[in-house]
Formats: sequence, structure tokens, C-alpha cells
Amino acid sequence: MSERVQSPLYLAWRRFRGRPSAVVGLAIVLIFIAIALAAPLLAPADPLKTSWILVRKAPALAHWMGTDENGRDVFSRVIWGARASLAAGVISVAIAASLGVPLGVLAGFAGGKVDAILSRLVDTMLAVPQLVMAITLAAMLGPSLQNAMIAIGIAATPAFMRVSRGATIDVASLEYIEAARALGNPPWRVALRHVLPNITPPLLVQATLAIAGAIIAEAALSFLGLGQQPPAPSWGSMLNAAQRFLEQAPWLAIFPGAAIFLCVSAFNLVGDGLRDALDPRGR
Amino acid sequence: MFATIARRAAQALPTLLLVSVLVFLLQQAMPGDPASILAGEDQNPILIAQIRHELLLDRSLPVQYFHWLGGVLHGDFGISWRNRSPIAGLILTKLPVTLQLGSMAFIIAVLVGIPSGIVAAVGRNTWWDHLANAIGLAGLSTPNFWLGIMLILLVSVHLGWLPPSGYVSLAEDWRQSLATTIMPAFVLGNAIAAVLMRHTRSAMLTALDQDYVRTARAKGLSEWRVVLRHALRNALIPVVTLGALELGTLFAGAVLTEQVFTIPGFGKLVVDAVFNRDYPVVQGVVLVTATLTILLNLAADLLYVAINPRLRNG
Repeated sequence: MSERVQSPLYLAWRRFRGRPSAVVGLAIVLIFIAIALAAPLLAPADPLKTSWILVRKAPALAHWMGTDENGRDVFSRVIWGARASLAAGVISVAIAASLGVPLGVLAGFAGGKVDAILSRLVDTMLAVPQLVMAITLAAMLGPSLQNAMIAIGIAATPAFMRVSRGATIDVASLEYIEAARALGNPPWRVALRHVLPNITPPLLVQATLAIAGAIIAEAALSFLGLGQQPPAPSWGSMLNAAQRFLEQAPWLAIFPGAAIFLCVSAFNLVGDGLRDALDPRGR
Repeated sequence: MFATIARRAAQALPTLLLVSVLVFLLQQAMPGDPASILAGEDQNPILIAQIRHELLLDRSLPVQYFHWLGGVLHGDFGISWRNRSPIAGLILTKLPVTLQLGSMAFIIAVLVGIPSGIVAAVGRNTWWDHLANAIGLAGLSTPNFWLGIMLILLVSVHLGWLPPSGYVSLAEDWRQSLATTIMPAFVLGNAIAAVLMRHTRSAMLTALDQDYVRTARAKGLSEWRVVLRHALRNALIPVVTLGALELGTLFAGAVLTEQVFTIPGFGKLVVDAVFNRDYPVVQGVVLVTATLTILLNLAADLLYVAINPRLRNG
């Protein structure tokens, strides 16, 4: 009887597919990505176009999600807001990973004093709650979506450092790493060619869950006025404006918040699914 | 055990010191010259030079740092650029508000999170488990400022049951104080309840699979006794520690919750200071928040040692 050898990636994908909630999450994430990319085609109106005769109109056929305090179409603004939120989620996590992973691998691989110093640095940064750190950095850099992404990225860096350090320590003690060292490969080559590819699964899980956190953080900064600046649409800044018209126009608060909730839930479902599919202990 | 406590407490000290360096450098990186801001609209060069000299701004960074640290250790966080009042006084006025809100939020989180985690684990793969998991996911995915706005809309605007904003202290009128803080506390505790639910479920599932639980069942003990007296006691050890670690996140959550419900606490203080470019206040709040987080993490660590028999006797 012949047995087909299946790659770990294929096995992980099969386990992922076996979780309906993860598949639903992935489908929703893909829909949001499509919405963000095709925003100019999908939005029925210009998200910045104001109209004094359309101020705070309730949801109807002409405006599915109603209009805002300046007569702008809320549905179009929610669609365009997906761009700001997803861009913030992905870019800030890319910043955090590109800073945190090399430092984490260095700490885990070098050990000794380097590890002690970098670990203390992580403890120090983690002592300041992520949002407080992001607010402080955003205040320092000035309010804008770009600066909010940088602030969130820096604030999320220690989490990546911690995950990649732990994973590197696990991998570095394995035989094939020792063999790669024994063959005379320089440490940077061992780290890059042998350690990094093998710590990707936990980093992938961390990145997916961090995107969910970064989307909430961007919405929070924009809600406080430290992220996307008006009139550019962002789910967080839409909620900020909605607060003033809760009694007269509740739809202004309902739809952008529901979009954040749905998008973040989807990323969390994918993250949970990936963790179950990639975690060796679950196998 | 005392050696463990002493060692872990000693490990927290360098982190505290590094936090002070980080916060000091953060202040240095903030835009604007403190002396010019404090000199007011006149911008008198003699006055600016005098202020620079008084605040040691004309000295090297290490000298400034140690002078600032010395002040902090004596409870002097400097003065607010906006209203010229001592920052320590501002912090002492606002901190109890956030501590009240945070304590209520944590109680709500424990009362909701731990029982729902137990129910989910005991009824694994049943309707209850799926419901608890769905609620847990919703708790983790709902931005607390949106939940706050939605609750104001429902509970205050439509039903008129609770005030939408404001704060009354416990000493002033405890009933009114509870009325103004119960909704924000629920909002703040929501995400922590979800985290506690997940941890409890996972720890209970592990505990329910252990031999001692099987032995307890074989002895003929009732199911609730097996769950509560045998499985839960052991499952709670990691949950207590992980739960205590979540206390630090309360400060971050309070920033937004206090903004939505207009509660004059620690979180609102930092947001107002950011918008008023009152950086010494930002610096003071960040330093106190970080210190409290380190101390809470240390307490969680020590609690783990205290309640874990293997570590306690080791």
C-alpha cells in the first residue's frame, strides 16, 4: 500500500478548512479586501461630496445607510473607510513585524547579554499599555493616518519581539540547526535560512491577530482625532462625529461600528483558525 | 517562597528604571520648547532664559534626567503647562475615578467571564459552548468606544434608565455614583470578560481530562462537585494569573471609555493633555500607568507563586 507524502503546509490548510468558523472569517476578510480595493467602483456616491438638502437623512433606497451631518452618503464613506482601516491594519503590522522579528530572532539566537538587554527593552515597552503608547506617539508625530500607522506599529513591536524570541529559542535547540552551525555556516545565515522559515507559523498567527488589534487601534486613534483627519472617511472618525447626533441620527453610529466589528471578528476567526491549524501541540 | 518573591521584585526594578528613561526621552522628543511655552504670549527672551535655567534645560540630558527622577521619587512630577498646577495633584484627583471604574469593570468581567468559561467547558461542543465562544469572540472584536455609544443609544436615549454621561463620586452619593459608572464599567469589563472566558474554558478542558477528575467521578461524587471542587480549583491557578495581567489593559480601555462617557478620570486626563499639548501631564500619566502595570504584573506573578502549591513549596 503506497502512502502519499503531504507537505506540512497542505496539512495545515486541510486543518484550517476543517474549521467552518475560520473559513467564514477568511471569506469575510477577502470580501473586505475586495471592497477596499474596488472602493471607487463600489461606492454609489463621492464620499466627500456634501449636500445641505441631504443632511442627516435616514436610511432609504437612495442612501442605504442614510446620510451624515454634511449630507454625505454614509454607505460610500463606510466603503472608503475600509481602505483606511485595512491599510492601517496591514501597514502597522508590517512595521511592527519588520522591527520586532529581527530583534526577537537576534535575542533568541544570540542569548546571553544581548537577550537580557533586548528582553528588558520588551518588558519596558510592554509596561506602557499599547493604546496609551500609540496615543503618546501619535501626539508626538502629529495627527494623521500615516502617523497613526507608525505609532500603532511601534507600539505593537514588543509583541512581535516576544513571539519571535520564544519561537527562535524553541527552534535553535533542534538538531538541524546544530548541524547547520557545525557545517560552518555563519550565524546570520543560520538565522536567515534555517531559523526564520521555521518560526513563520507562530508569526503568521500573531500577525493575523495583530491586524485585528491594529484595526481597532486605528479606529480608536481616529475616534480621538489623532488618526485619519476629516473630511477623509475612516470608521473611527465617523464614530467621533456620530456621537454628537445620537438622538437625531443613530445610523451614523451603527454602520461604521458594525463594519469595524465585522472586520475585526473576521481577522480574529482567521487568527484562531490558523493557530489551531499551525500549532504543533494541537496536532 | 520568599526568595522567589525577592527575586521577582528585584527583576521589576530595572524595568521600572528603564520605563523612567523611556518616559523622559519621550518628553524630550515632544515638539515645542517648554521654556517658550511657559513664558506665555510675551516671549520675553530674558524670561525664557530664566525659565530654561530654573528648569535645568540649559544643562546636559543626564543632569536633567536625574533631576527629574529625583523630583518624581519625591512625588514632584512638575507643573502642568496649561493651568500651572502640580501634576501630582492632578493625578491624585483623577486616579481614584479610574480605579473605581476599573475595579467595577474587573468585578463584572470575573462574574461574567469565569462562569461562562466553566459552562462552555462542561458542555463542550454543545449549544452552550458555541454560544459562549460566539459571545467571547464578540467581546474581543467589539471596540469598547462603539459598545459605549450603542449602550448610550439604547439604555440612556431610548430607555432612559441611566444617565448617558458624567460622574458622581462614591463619597458624594453612592447610588448616583453607581448609576453613572455601571454602564462604562460594563463596557470596560467586556473585553476582559471575553479573555477570562477563553482562559477559563481552556484551563477547565485541560483539568477535566486529568486523572484526579476521573477518580473523583469514579468515587461517585456529583458532577457539580467534581467540576467546582476538583477541576475548577486547579483550573483557576493560571486563570487568576492571566486575569491579573489583564488589569493593566484596563488603563488603556479607560482612555476611550472615559472619553465616550465624559468621566473625568485618568484616561480623559491624558487625552485632554495630548490635545492641549500639555506634555508634562502626558509624561506623568504614562509614567504612573507604566509603574502601576509593572506592579500589577509583579503582583500577578507573586499570586501565581502563592496559589500554586508546587511553586509555593519549592
